Amino acid sequence: MEIKQEVVIRVKVNGSEVNATVSPEESLLEFLRDRVGSYDVKCGCKQGDCGTCTVVLAGQAVKSCLVLAAQADHKEIWTLKGLENDQLMQELQNSFAKHGAVQCGFCTPGMLVTAKSFLEDQPNPSRGQIKAALSGNLCRCTGYKKIVDAVSAVVVSRAGGCV
Amino acid sequence: METTVVGKRLPKFDAYSKAKGNIMYADDFSLPGMLYAKVLRSKYPAAKILAFNTERARSYPGVQAVLTSQDVPNNNLRAKFGQSTDVGANFEGLYRVLAEEKVRFMGEAIALVAADSEQIAEAALDLIDITYEPLPGVFDPVEALKEDAYCVGDNDSNLVSKFKIRKGDVDAAFEKADVIVENTYRVPCKDHSFIEPESGVAWIDENGVVTIRVSTQVIEHYRTVAEVLGVPHNHVRVIGTWVGGGFGGKEDISVESFLALLTWKTRRPVKLTYTREESFLAHSKRHPFIMKYKTGATKDGLLVALEAELIADAGAYTFLTPWVLLYATVNAAGPYNIPNVKVNTFAALTNNPFSSAYRGFGAVQPNFAYESQMDELARILNIDPLSIRLKNCLQQGDTLTTGADFGGYVAVSEVAEKAWQALGAKPAHKRKNIKIGRGLAIGMMSYGRLTFLHDTSRSYIKLELDGSVLIRCGIPDLGAGQAQALVQIAGEELGVPLEKIKIFIADTSLTPLAGTSTATRQLYMSGNATLKAAREVKARLISKAAALLNTEKTNLKLVEEKIVQISEPDKYLALSVVIGQCSADGDELYSEAQFNAPFTDVPISEVITGQTFADFTFGAYAVEVAVDEETGAVNLERVVACYDVGKAINPLNVEGQLEGGGVDSIGYALTEDFKVEQGYLKSHSFAEYLLPTALDVPDMETILVESGAGIGPYGAKGVGEPSCNAMAPAIINAIRDAVGVRITSLPATSEKVLWEILARN
Repeated sequence: MEIKQEVVIRVKVNGSEVNATVSPEESLLEFLRDRVGSYDVKCGCKQGDCGTCTVVLAGQAVKSCLVLAAQADHKEIWTLKGLENDQLMQELQNSFAKHGAVQCGFCTPGMLVTAKSFLEDQPNPSRGQIKAALSGNLCRCTGYKKIVDAVSAVVVSRAGGCV
Repeated sequence: METTVVGKRLPKFDAYSKAKGNIMYADDFSLPGMLYAKVLRSKYPAAKILAFNTERARSYPGVQAVLTSQDVPNNNLRAKFGQSTDVGANFEGLYRVLAEEKVRFMGEAIALVAADSEQIAEAALDLIDITYEPLPGVFDPVEALKEDAYCVGDNDSNLVSKFKIRKGDVDAAFEKADVIVENTYRVPCKDHSFIEPESGVAWIDENGVVTIRVSTQVIEHYRTVAEVLGVPHNHVRVIGTWVGGGFGGKEDISVESFLALLTWKTRRPVKLTYTREESFLAHSKRHPFIMKYKTGATKDGLLVALEAELIADAGAYTFLTPWVLLYATVNAAGPYNIPNVKVNTFAALTNNPFSSAYRGFGAVQPNFAYESQMDELARILNIDPLSIRLKNCLQQGDTLTTGADFGGYVAVSEVAEKAWQALGAKPAHKRKNIKIGRGLAIGMMSYGRLTFLHDTSRSYIKLELDGSVLIRCGIPDLGAGQAQALVQIAGEELGVPLEKIKIFIADTSLTPLAGTSTATRQLYMSGNATLKAAREVKARLISKAAALLNTEKTNLKLVEEKIVQISEPDKYLALSVVIGQCSADGDELYSEAQFNAPFTDVPISEVITGQTFADFTFGAYAVEVAVDEETGAVNLERVVACYDVGKAINPLNVEGQLEGGGVDSIGYALTEDFKVEQGYLKSHSFAEYLLPTALDVPDMETILVESGAGIGPYGAKGVGEPSCNAMAPAIINAIRDAVGVRITSLPATSEKVLWEILARN
C-alpha cells in the first residue's frame, strides 16, 4: 500500500474556496489556524476534550482537532468569524455579552458555534437540553449558568417572548 | 451614594470583541521569520543528570538553537511575584530556569529548542541525549519532614516554612470541653485547567529591547527575565495579552524566560505554546494538605478550643509556598471566635509537581477541615448547622486569632442565615435509594496581598480634547472584568459614557505598573488608584467650571458630559467647553495616581501575630444533594451562595465570580482527582482529569449583600478567590446529611462515597 506524504484538498472556509496541500496527519484545527489564518478558532487541548476549537463542517458542529484536514476535502467549513452576518449567531453573540456569559472568552467561539448549530436543529429546547448540548464545551470561568441563560434568552426571544 | 454607572449590570466592553472572535490571545500572534520553541522535560521525578549531549539536536536541519542550563547567564534566582519589597529568604524560594545536576520533578525543564517549525523542534527534542541516574525521591510531605528523608533540593532539610498561632490555653480548655471532635482531612492537588494553555511570542525590538507578548497574571516578571539575561530591567518589556483564564496558574513565571533566552540567542522572534499535557506538567498545582483537627465545645455548642496541625506538600520548588502556608495559618480557625487556639503549620518539599498559587490560596484547604468539624459537632450535639455557626461565628468587634481587628462589617452571621434560609423546606427523598441531604458552610478570606508586601498600584487617566477618555493601567485582564471595572469607575466619576472610554492595559514599558492580577487585589488596588486619578481630573474640571460659572465647587457635578450646578440644574457647561478652557489655560487634564495598601513589617517570628491582611470577605454556600446509595453518585440539586461583596461595581460580573468560583470548588469536592503516583503524573488530559461540565452543575442562586464596608472603591470588597471557599465542605456536609457518611478526603468520587456507605452498613 502506498503511504501518502501529502494530500491535496479543496475546501470552502467561510464561503471562500481554499486549495491546499496538507500532510496526512494535519488536523482541521491546525489547517484552519496555521494555513487559513482563522485565529477565531481556538486551541485548548488538541485532544477532543475541551470543545473550544468547534467549527461547522458540512453542516455539523465538530471539534476541529479531531478531524483531519484531509477529511474536509470538498466540504464546507464555517468558523465563528464566517458566521458574523448570520442572524442567529448575532443574537447569540449579543446575548452572551448581555448576560455575562463571556469571562476570559477563550471558550466563547466554540461555545457559540456549538450553540448555534444546536439551536438550528432544535429551536425550542428545554434548559436541560441546552446544558446537554453544551456539555462537550468546557468553561473554567463562568460556572456555565450565564452561558445557559444567554442561550435560553435567544430561544425565548425567537419564540416571540421577552428576553 | 447615588451612582449612574457603578452598580449597573453592564456587559463588559471586551465581551463583544470576544464573542465576535476579535480578541487576539497569546498564541494568535505571529511575526515574520518567527521560530518555534519546544521544551525538553524530565521524565523522572527525581534523578541525577550525569551527562547532556545536544550535538545531534543542534545539527538537525532547521534547528536554530538548543540551550541547557549552561547557556543561561543567570540560571538561579529568587522567585519573585511582582513584589517590589525585599521580603527576605523566609518568604522567597529558588527560581531555577533550567535543571542542573539534580532533577526535582517530572516535567522539570531541562533544555530548550528553537527551530523553523514546531515539528522540527519536536523532533529535535528526541535527539537530545540525557543520561539520568534515577534517585529514590520522596513523595509524601510527612515522610519528607523526617530526619533521614531524601533531600529534594540542595539543602539538608525539606522544610520550607513553619508557622504557629497561639491563643489562650488549648490543653486546659479541652479538659473542660463537653465534646471533642477529632479528624484528619486530606485534600489533593488541583490543576487550574485554564482553557488557554501557556503561550507567548518574543522578539527583539528596534532598540534592542527583548519584548515578550505573553499570557500572564504578572507582567512584573520582566524584572526576573532581565536578571536571567543579565541585562538592565528596562531592556525587557512584557506585554500582557488578554488572558484565557489564570486562577493562579499563570502567576508564576511560565514561558517568559525560555522565550527571552531563545530570542536572545537566535536574534529572531520565537513562539512557545504549551500543549495541554505539557501545561499539566509545567505549571503549579494547588497545595495538597494533611490536616489534623481537634475541636472542643460545651454541650450548648459553644466552641472552647481548636487545635490544628496542617502539613502542606510544597512539591519540588518553593515558589509561593511560604505565602500560601501563611494564609492557611491565619485562616486555620475560620471565621469563628474561639477563646483557645493552637495552630502549627508546616510545608515540605517533595518530588511531586510544585505547588503554588491557586484561586483560594491556602484559605480553601483549612476551610474544608474546620467546616467539616463544625458539621460533626452540630450532629453530635443535635444542633442545626445554622445555629451552631451563629453561636460561634465572628461578630462585629471580634478579633482574628492573630489578634488583628476587622475594620469593616463582619457579615458572617448575615451570609450564613441568608444562604441557609434560601434553601427553604427540605424535600422528601426522591426514591428509596436516592437520599436528599443538605449542607452549609461559611468561610472567610482576605482580598489584597499580604500587608508586609507593601503593595501599590498606579493608574493614569487622560481627558482628550474632544471629551473622550483614555486610561492606561498595567492591569492584566483574566476575564473577571478587571479592565471593565476601571472603565466603569472612570465613567462614573467623569460623567462620560462608557463607549467614549478606551483603556490600555498590561504593558510594562507603556502603562503605569498596577501590580499583579492575583490575590483578589485588582478591583481593590487598581480600582482605588483609578478612582483617585479620575477624581483628580474631575477636581480640575470642577475648579475651572466654578470659575467660569461663578459658583462654589461644591455646587457642581459631572453628569452626561456636562458640568451642572446642583442648585440650578438648568445652568450647566458642556464638558467640551470646560476642557477647551483648561486646554487654552495650559491646565492638562490627566493624572497618574498611586494607591498604597496598608504596610506592615515582615513577620520575623514563627508565631504569627497582628495584621497580615488588609481586609476580609465573608461568604456562605448552602447546598442540596441527592446521593444514590446504590452507586455512591452525588448529584447537586441546588446551590445558594451568599457573600458580602461590599459594593457590586458590576453585579453581573460579581455573580460571574461567585458562579465560577463556586463551580471550580464543585470540581474540587466531587470530580477533580489529579493523580500523581510516586511523583509520576497520571493525569494527562481533560479525559482523565474531570472538570465540571454544564450538565454537572445546578443553576447557582446568588445573594449579594452590599454592606459598603469594603476598602475597595465605593466600599467594594474582592470576591474572586473568596468565592472558592465553603463550597466543598457544604457539599461534603450535605452528603453526610443524606447518607450518614463523613468524607474526610477530597474529591468525594462515587467510588469513595459508595465505599463509605458499604462500610457504614
